Amino acid sequence: MYENPDGVMIGLEVHVQLNKLKTKVFCGCSTDYHNDPPNSHVCPVCLGLPGSLPVINKKAVEAAIKIGLALNCRVEEHTQFYRKNYYYPDLPKGFQITQYDFPISSGGYIMIEGEDGEHRVGITRAHMEEDPGRLVHEGTIDKSKYTLIDYNRSGMALIEIVSEPDMRSPKEARRYLDKLRNILEYLDIFDGDLEGALRVDANISIMGGQRAEIKNISSHKGAERALLFEIVRQKNVLRRGGVVVQETRHFDEAREITLSMRSKEEAHDYRYFPEPDLVPLKISGWAPAIKATLPELPDARRMRFVEQYGITDDHAKALTSELKLAIFYEDVAKKTDPKKAAVWICDVLKGELNYRDLTIEAFKKEHMLSVIELLASKKITEDGAVDIIRTLLDKGGSPDEIVKEKGLLKVEGDIVATAAEEAIKENPQAVADFKAGKEKALNSLVGAVMKKTKGRADARAAREVLLGKLNSE
Amino acid sequence: MASINELIERIHADSSEEIVAEYLEKIEKSKLNAFITVARESALLRAKEIDLQGHDGPLAGIPVAIKDNISTKGIATTCASKILTGYIPPYDAHVIEKLKEAGAIIIGKANMDEFAMGSSTETSFYGPTLNPWDTTRVPGGSSGGSAAAVAGGEAPLSLGSDTGGSVRCPASFCGVVGLKPTYGVISRYGLISYANSLEQIGPFATSVRDVATLFDVIAGHDPRDSTSVDRETNYSSALVNDVKGLKIGVPEEYFGEGTDKNVEKSVRDAINTLEGLGATSVEVKMPHTKYALSAYYIIAMSEASSNLARFDGMRYGLRTEDSDWHTTFSQVRAAGFGDEVKRRILLGTYALSAGYHDKYYLKALKIRTLIKQDFERAFRDTDVLIAPTMPYPAFKLGEKIDDPISLYLADVDTVPINLAGVPSISLPCGFSGHLPIGMQVIGKHFDEAAILRTAYTFEENTDFHTKHPEGS
Repeated sequence: MYENPDGVMIGLEVHVQLNKLKTKVFCGCSTDYHNDPPNSHVCPVCLGLPGSLPVINKKAVEAAIKIGLALNCRVEEHTQFYRKNYYYPDLPKGFQITQYDFPISSGGYIMIEGEDGEHRVGITRAHMEEDPGRLVHEGTIDKSKYTLIDYNRSGMALIEIVSEPDMRSPKEARRYLDKLRNILEYLDIFDGDLEGALRVDANISIMGGQRAEIKNISSHKGAERALLFEIVRQKNVLRRGGVVVQETRHFDEAREITLSMRSKEEAHDYRYFPEPDLVPLKISGWAPAIKATLPELPDARRMRFVEQYGITDDHAKALTSELKLAIFYEDVAKKTDPKKAAVWICDVLKGELNYRDLTIEAFKKEHMLSVIELLASKKITEDGAVDIIRTLLDKGGSPDEIVKEKGLLKVEGDIVATAAEEAIKENPQAVADFKAGKEKALNSLVGAVMKKTKGRADARAAREVLLGKLNSE
Repeated sequence: MASINELIERIHADSSEEIVAEYLEKIEKSKLNAFITVARESALLRAKEIDLQGHDGPLAGIPVAIKDNISTKGIATTCASKILTGYIPPYDAHVIEKLKEAGAIIIGKANMDEFAMGSSTETSFYGPTLNPWDTTRVPGGSSGGSAAAVAGGEAPLSLGSDTGGSVRCPASFCGVVGLKPTYGVISRYGLISYANSLEQIGPFATSVRDVATLFDVIAGHDPRDSTSVDRETNYSSALVNDVKGLKIGVPEEYFGEGTDKNVEKSVRDAINTLEGLGATSVEVKMPHTKYALSAYYIIAMSEASSNLARFDGMRYGLRTEDSDWHTTFSQVRAAGFGDEVKRRILLGTYALSAGYHDKYYLKALKIRTLIKQDFERAFRDTDVLIAPTMPYPAFKLGEKIDDPISLYLADVDTVPINLAGVPSISLPCGFSGHLPIGMQVIGKHFDEAAILRTAYTFEENTDFHTKHPEGS
């Protein structure tokens, strides 16, 4: 049972850009702008020109319903859009079309790996809104002489997922974000690698005090850092006998600190009212058909992997934590021993990829299969297999070529025996030590055999051959 | 005053270019100030093209004046506000596309109250438009330029927009025909919003027939406006000179205190005329009418406060000296908006604010529902309602402009129609001295046919529409 000594309560508002849709949420502009010049994917609607009107993108609503269902939410009977009124130069209409009453879905949850095992985080609501443009400051925000505005992003469909304050540590917040992103990737509505794809606002309080809202967090790591800083800051306020005030704070990513933006008194009055240019949508009828197309989600796949392939839950969890990895595993597992595949992918390949900051796409399924087959037919040693994987990642080629080039074929019988005899002859001291009862001396003899066979001998076999020879002397 | 049919004959006999040139000359010599922008070159060019290439559209070669809050590609669109100085839209409104397809020629952009906020065309940054019947009087508003242009013979047809009476009021004051269609019949795509949930674009002409022809051209579904409806329409076919069996409802609340005696008499005489032609009339009760004005202004101003937030000088329009963001946009708005616009933005912002939202905005929405119910009840036993368009004829320039409340009160008979979303046509039905009087024929949702037939029959059997101001 996790004690939560500081009484930390964290709730997150996650903005997910539906960047896999072909068009923006209220106009026909293409969403494929990431490699194009600024303001090249714009029209009267997403520029908010006088007289233009929004029209809802049905595919965006479907994606929003899909997300709601995947987060175990209830899909509303009717959904409606509202105007959130505030002035900012990235907002071309002077208001943002978003949702207020009657969001698309609400009342769900997801399970995360908590401080003390499985932990449930409530989802308050998941609603749709439009993305503003992107401000490009010359230099830093406070010293900039001018600001440029790129409206390519303006009008991109966003889903805002609001959680309950159910997370009890920055680590849980990070795991929530990881899990959420994982689910969204399974839904195939979002490419998390694109700029601005996922943005986070975090609400945090300690010891039942007022909450601070931290804005402008753009990564999972950033969220964890910002929250860690904020806990220390709030604890310091309390320690000095002060009171934590409700306010909005800005996360300075470079300095890893949060700074006060505005107090509760200065909070905006957004003057929400129903968007007169968009009629309410009756969506309850859409949900069943969308539910039927919902893909297998991470938790379900994890359970199936354990059941179907007989692998450990830890392996299944690791393999399903990224959609591409899960697909990679399953393709390999179907053609070979699934348990061996899990071991080699989770315990070896994943580590080597992380070390090189590579994704699973850097490694071919056939290569994984070859390595496992080479091991199964005892043609290479485990050390040899690791060597092959590293070489493939660093230099490319194929497992067979690497085996040939590096001479990794496992050697047996006579060669090991000869090497053992030589090792005994060349290391009289070690032999003497061993005979005097120093078991460890055997290790240096095994090492000598391995060196002579260039690692191609099986270490266990070499040990046995040496023991046999030493004992018979 | 030439009708569409007469103009088409003249275009065939002479040329569109000649007709357009005549209208341009008339506009340039006029003192009415009905236009903010005259599209002389593009109009003449298009007329020449049509003369050379021919065009079989229903409005081929015929000039049309456009209220300056309707987006016209390549022609300045100002909303009669300083804040849109220099803004040239890169796109055409849906109705402009429709007009162009029909062969119509955009002759210019008509004067209006700034952002359509007013009932006299006096809040225009470009100065007031004068009433062609009496140049010391207002033409009504907010589509005063569109109505005055048609009444003054400066354009045979025009488009306005009606948020709370902005087509019908100037039609009434200028003695022409103006229609506010059912909400959703004409696409608002390209109409610069004042109060989205209330307004519709509407046609002006000197006869019901020409209004119907223009209406047929611009009506119809547009996927770019989510509130536009998809239904087959042919309004010209509704023009039948026959009201036998027509049941007219007379809402007594529309003849209340403040209604000019001549106005009341003319409208009641008109009802008698229709009864003489076979219609029957019955008094109907619309008990929530007295709350309509307050509800209308709260809703309209609330929506306006949000709609007008986009005018910050960043992307188009007026730009004052650059400073930081907050200073710059505040300066642009301080310098760019007129007093009436500022008043409505402030009141609308207030009505939507936390703590007041329920008291004002939400309450106004509830009244709106009650008013709709008034109409539903009234239409249970009637086909159309007939009432004065305005409680009095055109007032003097400057008479009400410094007294906003009295100016708002002028809209008492027009705003309930917008709250209910039903159609209404205003047409001439008499004179008070030398000033025309208008009556409105109000219909059920999407029953434009009934009000057009009623108006057409009245017109065919009376001669008010044949009278024109001197010099027009």
